[in-house]
Amino acid sequence: MHIGATTDSRSYRRAVAAGRARMASAGRRPWIGAATVLGLAILWYVLTTATGAVSPARFPRPADVWSAALQLTLRGYAGGTLWLQIWYSSRLVLLGFLVAAATGVPLGLLMGMSRRAEALINPAFLLIRPIPPLAWIPLAIVWFGLGDAAKIFVIWFAAFVPALINTYTGVRTLDRTLIAAARVHGASERQILTEVMIPGALPLIFTGLRLSLQASWTTLVAAELVGAFFGLGRVLIIAAQDIYPGMIAFAMALVAILGALMTGCLGLLERWAVPWRRT
Amino acid sequence: MGGAVAADVTAAQGARPARGRRRGAPGVVELGLLSLGGFAAFFGLWFVVARSGVVPARFLPAPGVVAATFFHLTHDPFAGYTLQQHLLSSIGRFLMGFALAAAAGVPLGLLMGWFRWLDDVVSPVFEGFRFIAPIAWVPFAALWFGTGIGGPILIIFSGAFPPCVINAQRGARLIEPHLIEAARSLGAGHCRMFAEVLVPGALPSIVAGLRISAGLAWQSLVGAELIVVSSGVGYLMVQGQSNLATPIVMSGMIAIGIVGFLIDVALRAAEARIRRGWAGA
Repeated sequence: MHIGATTDSRSYRRAVAAGRARMASAGRRPWIGAATVLGLAILWYVLTTATGAVSPARFPRPADVWSAALQLTLRGYAGGTLWLQIWYSSRLVLLGFLVAAATGVPLGLLMGMSRRAEALINPAFLLIRPIPPLAWIPLAIVWFGLGDAAKIFVIWFAAFVPALINTYTGVRTLDRTLIAAARVHGASERQILTEVMIPGALPLIFTGLRLSLQASWTTLVAAELVGAFFGLGRVLIIAAQDIYPGMIAFAMALVAILGALMTGCLGLLERWAVPWRRT
Repeated sequence: MGGAVAADVTAAQGARPARGRRRGAPGVVELGLLSLGGFAAFFGLWFVVARSGVVPARFLPAPGVVAATFFHLTHDPFAGYTLQQHLLSSIGRFLMGFALAAAAGVPLGLLMGWFRWLDDVVSPVFEGFRFIAPIAWVPFAALWFGTGIGGPILIIFSGAFPPCVINAQRGARLIEPHLIEAARSLGAGHCRMFAEVLVPGALPSIVAGLRISAGLAWQSLVGAELIVVSSGVGYLMVQGQSNLATPIVMSGMIAIGIVGFLIDVALRAAEARIRRGWAGA
């Protein structure tokens, strides 16, 4: 055996693999992932149901999650059925997110365009930015109580910052030559804004919006956990008080699925609005 | 969720080409004055609204009142402890959760970057769990750990873990294949490959991940403390909220903001140092 030859072919394969890895994660082998998920599901069943190694009071059995799902869908839990809870949570997220996007993006554009506006607004922004969104929850409750207004206020703080920063960065990192070229060709300030700056900054604006949306969702769930009348966070906290692991697991899965769905929808919107963006 | 990197204002400012000022562009003095004006406007507006009585003082205390409360809290206990003691217990939890996430996440990420099969196995599960907001672990944290130390740490961990894994994995993936080839042809085994190629090569990416992770850990900590514990700054704020003591709530926010800011500054400095070291090597 030529040891050198085997090493060579191995390193060659390794190099090919590294090359593939560079093409992002496109070459992932999905069946391995599917097998892992299936294996975990079987492990879950074996540990909780077949052997009883894990007490169902600590971690739900698959059957518990199923019955929790049925209960929430058909009879309702924590003040409403599945659809009502989802409707409450997603409505608030959308409202808060829209308010944040409608304020954060224009302000980011303004700060990106004008050094003066940046100098004027930045101090207040710098003072507020280090405070994490969740830290606004107690203040929001003192100010607005447990209703919708408090939630929208907190979501606004959570989602406003990424929308603003990314829009601002998108405008500032634009190629100055493009703007100069537009100006030389007689474009008005308004045309420069709508035809150069906004399209140029759009990829980063969408990055900001995606982060905003994720922050909105996390913050809303937290706000509902701390105090609310309806919503998935409310389902979670009531299930925790009732020591109902099946419902906890089901509600957590719902939080994850809805979060993924929202991000997915925004991705579709982005593909439609920014068709030239790579990846 | 989370783990994505927000674009960086300082980076953007650095990226701006230093060219001659345009006609009518503001000078340094004007910008400085405007910034001062911004600060003054922020506090001035706050002061005026609070003093005018448009909003009851119970809800919006004047800046001076909040500052006085802040200093008062540092020597007079509220909710059982002084502000420093609350902060210490918060920081202790933060460090434990963050250290655990880094200790588990970075090696896992490096292994995933090196062994393709491990990446294939772990990624789908990891991606699924990543969509669960850290704060949604609160019920299980309460169920499994009660009010013990484990609950907040679980929540902090779930916030801080993903960026550690993702950045370590990316860092390991993006190492120059030549370096790996060279090490391999010189006969490096898996262990030496890790210690002498992968870890050093991925270090800048790992440190960037740790910074993001620390930010998320601090945020998740605040969320955890609002719900599952009986000390810490978050708890102080909840107690202030239920007493309708707005100055105490605001003092808590300021303390959280300051500590979060300091953590970020420290890790940014570490990151810059490591990057400089790498550029020089």
